[in-house]
Amino acid sequence: MNKKKNDGSGRTGWNRFIYNNNTVGYVFLAPFVIGFLCFTIIPMISSLYYSCTDYNMIDKETWIGINNYINLFKDERFLNSIKVTLEYVFFSVPLKLAFALFIAFLLTRPSKAVSFYRSLYYLPSLIGGSVAVALVWKELFARKGLINVNLGKLGIDAVNWFGNMTTAKWPIILMTVWQFGSSMLIFAAGLKEIPSSYYEAAKIDGANGWQSFWKITMPCLSPIILFNLIMQLISSFMVFTQAFVITGGGPNDATMYYALYVYKQGINNRNMGYASAMSWVMLVIMSVITLIVFKTSNHWVFNESES
Amino acid sequence: MKGRKVVSTVIYHIFIAALGLVMVYPVLWMVSGSLKNNAEILSGSLSLIPPAWRWENFAQGWRGFGHVTFTTYFKNSILITTFATLGTVISSSLIAYALSRVKFAGRKLWFTIMIGTMLLPGQVVMIPQYLIYNRIHWVGTPLPLIVPHFFGAPFFIYMMMQFMTSIPRELDEAAIIDGCSKYSVFSRVIFPLLKPSLISTIIIQFYWKWDDYMGPMLYLGKPTSYTVSIAVKLFADATSKTDYGPMFAMSTLSMIPVFTIFLVFNRYLVDGISTSGLKG
Repeated sequence: MNKKKNDGSGRTGWNRFIYNNNTVGYVFLAPFVIGFLCFTIIPMISSLYYSCTDYNMIDKETWIGINNYINLFKDERFLNSIKVTLEYVFFSVPLKLAFALFIAFLLTRPSKAVSFYRSLYYLPSLIGGSVAVALVWKELFARKGLINVNLGKLGIDAVNWFGNMTTAKWPIILMTVWQFGSSMLIFAAGLKEIPSSYYEAAKIDGANGWQSFWKITMPCLSPIILFNLIMQLISSFMVFTQAFVITGGGPNDATMYYALYVYKQGINNRNMGYASAMSWVMLVIMSVITLIVFKTSNHWVFNESES
Repeated sequence: MKGRKVVSTVIYHIFIAALGLVMVYPVLWMVSGSLKNNAEILSGSLSLIPPAWRWENFAQGWRGFGHVTFTTYFKNSILITTFATLGTVISSSLIAYALSRVKFAGRKLWFTIMIGTMLLPGQVVMIPQYLIYNRIHWVGTPLPLIVPHFFGAPFFIYMMMQFMTSIPRELDEAAIIDGCSKYSVFSRVIFPLLKPSLISTIIIQFYWKWDDYMGPMLYLGKPTSYTVSIAVKLFADATSKTDYGPMFAMSTLSMIPVFTIFLVFNRYLVDGISTSGLKG
């Protein structure tokens, strides 16, 4: 309760301070400011320093200038890790979003069963990031695993999924697409907010389901597609656990994603200077990609205030 | 016309249910695998009914590794996840309130910084943070897995801000006229109304944290402080042949807390996600 009016004159100055919008704002914001400084800014700045050293967490580091960065661009394993990560993102994100939108759209029917179905489809997202599911996946796609045995029954030759450089990525991509639940929920929330009068008007004008999907649903949903796209891009670039558990980066670095390689260099080999440089290169790559998506979004994201 | 509608409804339900079954099949296969032995698991049979119900897998799996049982792993996971989730919910709601309801100097700047942090992939800060935690001797303790959550998570801050746009500002104003301060507007008006969004945060943060493997692997040194996710991976790392039955038994148990939270709060999940503020 605000006791401003009842207090003696000596406390009004304090009250004015404590109930001032700026004070209130920063009191509530304080956790973020502190966390941002301690867990983002200070680590990032200090890693920028370490990226110019040969720090290995044991000996005192020596300054080696931009040598780490030069070596990075000569390091074929690093360049390969960027390549396979981009490839993974390129396949998994659009497939996941398309699937999420498809299911979200199917589940807009008013039916009592829909909320049950929605939980069913959300289940993979709930547990998909766990080690347990990664281990299941590893067994399903093993050489003599369930998938191969049943492909065999259909007369298709067994595929050595994780033993082959071209096929190793597919089970991991499939696993990512399988976890489409969070995007689906966000799409579902967006679909719910499109006024049904839009569809009714279109129906009166003689539009079929397909036309109203492209002319009403997609434009109204485009800001949400952008949001999901950005969030999925970022989480795809971080792919780690699945590859770490299932393939360990193999065969022959075919699934040695960026995060896995950073882990190998930094934590396993204790090349902290080198790993710091890698973090900064990744930051630049991510920023450029995010910026490109935002810039191009002007062309395809429908803005209600402009129309 | 009516007949056609019935047919299309039936086809719709068959399609959705069949696809749903395919989606959850890997999970069901794991659960049934927890009651099978190695030969039965590797037979490639699609059947989900175990030929014999081998409950001993659970007892064998629970024994864990070395002298550390799954009782310890579960205790560690529950402690870390509970504190981290609690921290996220409380701090994120405070920050979201500041950014969406209080007009203070620098609000735009801090909002931009918050979004920027949200767009920063965790793996980019992995090594930088590891170095800092190493410097302050937190590596080898659960602190890096808990403490940062008390300083807000941008994704949830943003989600709560979206939700707050659907709470009418008139409510704040009415409360102020009734003598509430900006502080009590939060505790008496906004926080209670934020419930669906808080629950979504609890569900999502809980399973993110529970499933997390990278964090515990980086920071937990002693086997007695391992979490369930680390322990489940140990089954696959065993130098001798993998015991699939106990591995799947413990994998199945490891999912129960996540399922429980989800089932209890499920009906709030969709309500808690508001996209109204995403529109330009």
